[in-house]
Amino acid sequence: MVKKRILISGNEAIAEGAIQAGCNFYAGYPITPQNELIAYMAKHMPLSGGVFIQAESELAAINMVYGASAAGARAMTSSSSPGVSLKQEGISYISGAQLPAVIVNIMRGGPGLGNIAPAQSDYFQATRGGGHGDYHLIVLAPASVQEAYDLTQAGFYLADKYRIAVMILGDGILGQMMEPLKLSTGKTKAPILKPWALTGCKGRNPNIVKSFFLREGDLEKFNLKLQGNYEVIRKKEARYEGLLLDDAKVILVAYGTMARIAKSALNQLRLAGKKVGLIRPISLWPFPEKAFQPRNKKVKYLAVEMSYGQMVEDVRLAVGGYAQVDFLGRSGGGIPSEDEIITKVDKLI
Amino acid sequence: MEKIFAHPEALYDVTTHYCPGCGHGIAHRLVAEVVDELGIREKTVGIAPVGCAVVAYDYWKFDCSEAAHGRALAVATAIKRVRPQNIVFTYQGDGDLAAIGTNETIHAANRGENLTVIFINNAVYGMTGGQMAPTTLLGQKTSTTINGRQQEKHGYPLKISEILAALPGVCYVERVSFHNPQGVLRAKQAIKQGFKNQMNNLGFSLIEVLSPCPTYWGLSPKGSLDWIKDVMQKEFPLGRIK
Repeated sequence: MVKKRILISGNEAIAEGAIQAGCNFYAGYPITPQNELIAYMAKHMPLSGGVFIQAESELAAINMVYGASAAGARAMTSSSSPGVSLKQEGISYISGAQLPAVIVNIMRGGPGLGNIAPAQSDYFQATRGGGHGDYHLIVLAPASVQEAYDLTQAGFYLADKYRIAVMILGDGILGQMMEPLKLSTGKTKAPILKPWALTGCKGRNPNIVKSFFLREGDLEKFNLKLQGNYEVIRKKEARYEGLLLDDAKVILVAYGTMARIAKSALNQLRLAGKKVGLIRPISLWPFPEKAFQPRNKKVKYLAVEMSYGQMVEDVRLAVGGYAQVDFLGRSGGGIPSEDEIITKVDKLI
Repeated sequence: MEKIFAHPEALYDVTTHYCPGCGHGIAHRLVAEVVDELGIREKTVGIAPVGCAVVAYDYWKFDCSEAAHGRALAVATAIKRVRPQNIVFTYQGDGDLAAIGTNETIHAANRGENLTVIFINNAVYGMTGGQMAPTTLLGQKTSTTINGRQQEKHGYPLKISEILAALPGVCYVERVSFHNPQGVLRAKQAIKQGFKNQMNNLGFSLIEVLSPCPTYWGLSPKGSLDWIKDVMQKEFPLGRIK
């Protein structure tokens, strides 16, 4: 049900999307550029009957999410790059314990303390697991405030459905930028039963939430079960937007904020009669490999990122060598501009 | 005839994996007895630590969660906040609670979380092979203090219970000991008090248990109990701290 439109920042839209999705637990720790999110949660989570905790650290925050999720709550935390590095321990345990959770990373420049400029340099960390062990998160990359809101709601649903952690991967621009947002009552509020949750063992055998499998063979068996879950997700949950692909000679590949800049470049190039298309991965894991199905061998792909080449590796894997894959990227405060993209495309075409 | 002693319902009737003379079996049983006596088994959630007691959920017959090393009180905080009607406790060793998890411990206590903590202090890391713990005594030999703990190099035994007692959010701290049967009975009373405090919404309760680790103390089970009484209690005096 569409209600109304409001002007809101990406950070706040994610928070509001979470609340609409029935999120009833949030723990976080301040870090720029995602502070509007924690502030929004501090104000609105208690109003909707949920629990808000400002944790003493990112480690505590993610482990609180682990606990809340174990107790059956729809739980979320948010942070930005250095803070998300700290959370990796808990994310691995959440994955090992098959707990649903939503984790937001509004990326900034790295490595180290880096800076607070927008970046996309945590792609590897997000899509390759990040912590120890063989696991994946579902990683969703919104490109607008509306999509941040919608994907956060979808994220809670996917997390519960697959008992997996979902990462909303944005950047500082998306977090800070204000756009009109159509509010909608979440479709994801319908409760998914959690018979495994820790609620007290009245009327049933005790439940255990754990990721420890010491006996020989048990962990391998468990890991194969996780892999089975990932395989289903790979098949069913890959998302992307394709634009003007049919006649394209050069296909730009970009996600999140970078995709918007790529789209502007595409529009200018099309006006000049150049056949350019765009693939915008929306799920970064699973990566939308189908979008790269074999086309004319003369097609060229150009991955554009606010990093020095991370998503491009998935593009190369998906293309599998049938076509040329080029790369344009900057990070650490620099953002590839429309002009830079146009110049690069002109060289390729 | 009245039955006055039985296997606790909250404890599975299985053999534990603990070494001969270890205190964990006693502590597990006391928790189970208290849970039964208070009639809270069906609403209790226990948090098992990383350490020798990691599989405590194989012994306790109520809902349990593992926590990452040191994070038990962050996990417990969230479970209790989400489900205040449940009784939530953590069971943590000295390394878990007072080294890698000191931050989580102090802040959960300082928030006055309505939780019960069973803190097993055996002055050593047991699961990993007997390394120095934050509570290792000066002069105590471990695999990482082969000539004994020296204050110049390793600092002093950390009295985390005394530190926590200074926080306004903490309602109850007591140190008990398994050195003899009277000590065990006193420990049970303290554990029961800790659970009752939570049932009465009084805030953060912690019971520190001086518990034997014959294997990594290099002592017999009996010698370990004597060591607790003659040596360990001098550094960690028994009694109500708060």
